[in-house]
Amino acid sequence: MRATQVINTLLMKEFVSAFFLAMRYFFAPKPTVNYPFEKGAVSPRFRGEHALRRYPNGEERCIACKLCEAICPAQAITIEAGPRQNDGTRRTVRYDIDMVKCIYCGFCQEACPVDAIVEGPNFEFATETREELYFSKEKLLSNGDRWEREIAANLAADAPYR
Amino acid sequence: MAQIKVDGQLVEVPDYYTLMQAAEAAGAEIPRFCYHERLSVAGNCRMCLVEVKGGPPKPQASCAMSVKDLRPGPNGEPPEMFTNTPMVKKAREGVMEFLLVNHPLDCPICDQGGECDLQDQAMAYGVDKSRFFENKRAVEDKYIGPLVKTSMNRCIHCTRCVRFTTEVAGISEMGLLGRGEDAEITTYLEKALSSEMQGNVIDLCPVGALTSKPYAFNARPWELNKTESIDVMDAVGSAIRVDSRGREVMRIMPRVNEAINEEWISDKTRFIWDGLKNQRLDRPYVRKGGKLQAATWDEALAAVASRIKKAGNKVGAIAGDLAAVEEMYALKGLLASVGSGMTDVRPAMSGIDPSMPRSAYLFNPTIAGIEDADAILIIGANPRREAAIINARIRKTWRAKNVPVAVIGERADLTYNYDYLGEGFESLADLAAGNGSFAEILSKAERPLIIVGEAAVSHAALGKQVGRDVIALAAKLANGANVADGWNGFAMLHNAASRVGGLDIGFVPHDGGVCSADQIALAGKGELDVLFLLGADEYDMTAMGKAFVVYIGSHGDNGAHRADVILPAATYTEKSGTYVNTEGRVQQTARAVFPPGDAKEDWAIIRALSGAIGQPLPYNSLGQLRSALYAEFPHLARVDEVEPGDSAALSTYASAAVMTRSAPFGSAVADFYLSNPIARASAVMGECAALAAGLRQAAE
Repeated sequence: MRATQVINTLLMKEFVSAFFLAMRYFFAPKPTVNYPFEKGAVSPRFRGEHALRRYPNGEERCIACKLCEAICPAQAITIEAGPRQNDGTRRTVRYDIDMVKCIYCGFCQEACPVDAIVEGPNFEFATETREELYFSKEKLLSNGDRWEREIAANLAADAPYR
Repeated sequence: MAQIKVDGQLVEVPDYYTLMQAAEAAGAEIPRFCYHERLSVAGNCRMCLVEVKGGPPKPQASCAMSVKDLRPGPNGEPPEMFTNTPMVKKAREGVMEFLLVNHPLDCPICDQGGECDLQDQAMAYGVDKSRFFENKRAVEDKYIGPLVKTSMNRCIHCTRCVRFTTEVAGISEMGLLGRGEDAEITTYLEKALSSEMQGNVIDLCPVGALTSKPYAFNARPWELNKTESIDVMDAVGSAIRVDSRGREVMRIMPRVNEAINEEWISDKTRFIWDGLKNQRLDRPYVRKGGKLQAATWDEALAAVASRIKKAGNKVGAIAGDLAAVEEMYALKGLLASVGSGMTDVRPAMSGIDPSMPRSAYLFNPTIAGIEDADAILIIGANPRREAAIINARIRKTWRAKNVPVAVIGERADLTYNYDYLGEGFESLADLAAGNGSFAEILSKAERPLIIVGEAAVSHAALGKQVGRDVIALAAKLANGANVADGWNGFAMLHNAASRVGGLDIGFVPHDGGVCSADQIALAGKGELDVLFLLGADEYDMTAMGKAFVVYIGSHGDNGAHRADVILPAATYTEKSGTYVNTEGRVQQTARAVFPPGDAKEDWAIIRALSGAIGQPLPYNSLGQLRSALYAEFPHLARVDEVEPGDSAALSTYASAAVMTRSAPFGSAVADFYLSNPIARASAVMGECAALAAGLRQAAE
């Protein structure tokens, strides 16, 4: 027992095996990505930043049914509704999400009967102030306009499983 | 009585009961859309199908078949009905599937969503899929006025609205046209409904076809806080539920109170809520250099206190239509502390005298008692405008028993037929003298109901004696020869919620005080220095001369415009206040939301003012105020109960001083929709009033 210890020490077995381990990892493909220049894959079901979508003709989808507000477990959504001025249809006057309260559970998009509120693939919306995370209807609609292509593709990709 | 087995359970019910009522008596639940216990039976939704043994071997509509229609078994066994057999389940699923064939399923944008009978029953009794792949039927939406919004695609043709408007509201303006797929609910002429109770069709509609227009899309039922309260728009005191969200009242709904409003409320009660947000006084104002300027509470109270100290006992107070008992009691105490008894809650030159017994100003037979009446005389009132709920009760009685009704005063459409006896005092005196056919009916009646309106007892131009004589003649008519024991048919119909409460606590001239009209006259002559208006807006504001007017109220209306100091107060949805309705029933409002801005509860303002003049009133909380109030007037502690008036005391008044004079009775409420400051601040009420004025013009 003592003899093998002496031999291992003299031959620097641990050093050599550690060296080879290091070399193996040195030449192995890298699992880390060079964020922000590179990004990992994101599932179509990823629940990121919220967005309010529009129909292809530009009409906002949201009909102010308030189901997302009702189901939100963090009570992050605040909606005020009323008849729209020009045609009297049911629309939101105010649609606010407190992104600080939000727990990204995705219940809002599950509750939505018209696929208006969705959680898009974007996760890069860190801000410097808390106030910037209080999303208004304008902000959410502009998110929807910006991310519509990705959101539509993700919904289509996930549709067969629903 | 008849015996019937419901799901194997034997129950004994009256034989005129429908199967549905028998099932309810046995505790079995039966879904229904068209059946409503206060409307006639239509039997057209078919949702209440049950299986019966002892009747036809097919599903039976339980709302339309009565227990006596079923045969007993061969050996005399009681008939049976089943509410949970496979046949019933299949029948319900089939009916529900047919109902949903043409229903748009637009629940997310429907205001009924969350409180919809069809939604709930589809969940409970329906199937989860449809076999209908054709196009759904489309129906054009109808315009039926500024209060009720229609979405006719959703209609399931239960005809509850048609039956309500024809039977309860008494307007034949809605109907069902066409058959089968072409059936439509319509008003025939696309015009606004002319009923002052049309809002009730919103509650009756089991789907979202008729919804509230002012409330459209504003809120969902699950986000509302529900506060049970009572209404103060008229002296009926209907039971209401105030639905609020945050600091806002979102809508007002009726509650069931069989003794008062059953389950109906008038449109003014229901749609007043936007007036609670407009024209509000949310901070104190003091008039400086002829202009009202915003001030702090301390400044405003100090300004009033300094004037009161200078005025001595030359201080008066008039309570308006919406004042609660608590604040009138506090104000009476405040005036008593400066030695003044000039308080009044009555309209100008009212014949109701402070010395009269309580029975002389109560609706003694009670509202539910209207149904027992066998002859009805309406003197100087338009109950349709002054108390729409009482008018509905009269119509109900008239429909059920065909009681003879006669009117002296304004000739208006009251939704039932009546004998028109004349327009004023002469006709009443003539009737009391026993002339005419209606006098004979009254003298034979065991339970005559004599409704005396405020217009008959308050004659601003002719003086108080007219009103007293009217009360005397009405009391004489109510005490006919054949009147049943225990029946007091004298019914004073007030039109303001504050009236009876104020009279009960003696908010009338006492200790050398004078009435409201005289107070204003004294103020005009400069003999009254300070005049409190406790939400009083219905008086002549130009006649108050140089008096220092303190307005304690909630809305910037006539009184606030004249005021020298405005002390902002709470409305009935913002305070807990005691009101006594026209029957003498004591009821309390509950606070649903807080008053806006710096506004405070009325009694607290008066208590603070009493501190500012150095004579603090002996209570610091509403509880203490109430215990003082209850010690002095014990009947006010018995909430929801009627303290009956003494009918014997009334009969001593049954002789008039003057029997011949010309005094026409009108109606005390000229415009149903604009009768108080909250209603005048409401845009919805304004629209209704404009429309009603247009309708009247079109009719003339």
